[in-house]
Amino acid sequence: MTVQAPTAPTPTTVGAPRRRVPAAVWLIGPSVLFMVLLLGWPVVEGVLQAFQNDKGFTLEFVTRMVQDPYFWPAVRNTLLLIAVMIPIQFAFAITMALLLRANPRLHKVHFFVWAIPLALSDLAAGLVWLAIFNDRGYLNSVLSWFGLEGTSWLAYDNQTTMFICVLIAELWRATSLVLVIVVAGLQGIPKDYDEAAQVFGATFWQRLRFVTLPLLKPSLQVALILRTILAFQTFAVAQALTGQNFPLVVGETYRWYTGLQNPNVAAALALVILVVSMLTSVFYLRALREKNQGGLR
Amino acid sequence: MSQITVDTAPLKRQKRNRVLLQAACIAVSLFMLVPIYLISLAALSTRESLNKFPLSLLPTSFSFDTLNAFLGSTGVFGALGNSLIVGVGTLLLSALIGVPAGYALARFAFPGKDPYQLFLLFTRALPIVVLSVPLARLFLTVDMYDTTYGVILLHTALALPTTILISASVFLGVPHDVEEAARVFGCTPFKAFLKVVMPMALPGIAAASIFTFVMSWNEVLGASILTLDHRTLPAQVLTSLADSPLAYRFAGGFALVIPSIIFIALMRRYLTNMWGSTIR
Repeated sequence: MTVQAPTAPTPTTVGAPRRRVPAAVWLIGPSVLFMVLLLGWPVVEGVLQAFQNDKGFTLEFVTRMVQDPYFWPAVRNTLLLIAVMIPIQFAFAITMALLLRANPRLHKVHFFVWAIPLALSDLAAGLVWLAIFNDRGYLNSVLSWFGLEGTSWLAYDNQTTMFICVLIAELWRATSLVLVIVVAGLQGIPKDYDEAAQVFGATFWQRLRFVTLPLLKPSLQVALILRTILAFQTFAVAQALTGQNFPLVVGETYRWYTGLQNPNVAAALALVILVVSMLTSVFYLRALREKNQGGLR
Repeated sequence: MSQITVDTAPLKRQKRNRVLLQAACIAVSLFMLVPIYLISLAALSTRESLNKFPLSLLPTSFSFDTLNAFLGSTGVFGALGNSLIVGVGTLLLSALIGVPAGYALARFAFPGKDPYQLFLLFTRALPIVVLSVPLARLFLTVDMYDTTYGVILLHTALALPTTILISASVFLGVPHDVEEAARVFGCTPFKAFLKVVMPMALPGIAAASIFTFVMSWNEVLGASILTLDHRTLPAQVLTSLADSPLAYRFAGGFALVIPSIIFIALMRRYLTNMWGSTIR
């Protein structure tokens, strides 16, 4: 980190030693103020909203949230989606990054194509895959050419296929974020290590396991935190593909707020997401610090 | 002539590996591209050909009918305008607040720097719903509910940590010497910043800003909670999902996909730099 060089005070700067701190404060100040007002305040307000009615403290909204028939399915779906998606996504992204490192022909074109979903909204991704998975969509069309009977992939009673559809759409959309982080991490590793291991006769898997992955660990951990937190917020993909049929926690929050017009229960649901995301990031940061000594920055 | 036995096995293996590598890359590219091709096909086909089953995977008919119907339906044009206003507003506001903070992070050592950075990281874990539900109530009381300004404020709050961290890394990339040289030759700190540092940092800052715009363009949940009549395009599409025909949804999806392709085309030089440095 560069520290401002102690330049000789010019005649105009009276009280030069004290000037440095205020300059930084002036530059940082607006952002702190803005974030406290627009991030800190709503969080406090959200907690109050979930636990207070006109008369004072109440658990009424929390009970209503828990008793709602959609609540536990939503929690289960959200957790299941994360548990299945994150490992596949990371395996996929690391493979893609290694493919790129091997310098295939047209690797710039490939990277461009693989990065396109990075700028795609989850709503758009949901609509894109709706064109494929809906009853009269492209998937069933292709199946019918081969004389196969398609199914209603997104029908209410097909929970499993619905889950797979949401999973594929999310993999398609969000893997590029992990990819870009891993590619950036790979660029920071000198090729010498890998070459040295190669000289000493290490196989591809040995080099991956003992050289590349350990060096890539900081990038992977950051990607892991970011992706997990974002995965808790998965919403519009499921909304576009299945409507209310495949409930997720954020979707339920949206339903309680807009459909059922109950901001208090919506706030309680939002708190569930907040608490789980916070616990996850604390857990990851802990795990990270123990192994990295220095920790994140 | 004596036979020289050359072991061609490694060479063959290498050749085979190159072919496999190429095939794998093409397979991944197809997985990424085919859905985009299909949504374009769906959005640019006539209604009749969309109603047929099985659908053709090749463009048999081409028409702007579906897209026109989508753009002509109530609220879509307004929503497009709102999306642009909110995106540009978010871009400007977060640059105005975030770039100075990024500069301070890159150049100054000040007390509270580490907590500040941790605070920035922490705010990224805040889910949008947690913010937007209470903000909706606040905006109702101060008469800002259902305005583009409210959405701009929310999006700026969401984008600000990223803007600050990216611009800090951009400023770190500008050598401190040039700034000092300008000072030696008589520039005030502000003038040195404006004349020397800013021109060098501008491409990176611009990249960060476009990224902010895209974040705002893609955000759907907060925008639909904070507005009723002044929705952004994604919010408009989301709220009319339930009662709209499939053709409308495909056209909406297509309209949302196009900007992101343009964005990545513009940004591909910066992608890894930006992400590589932000995350740490």
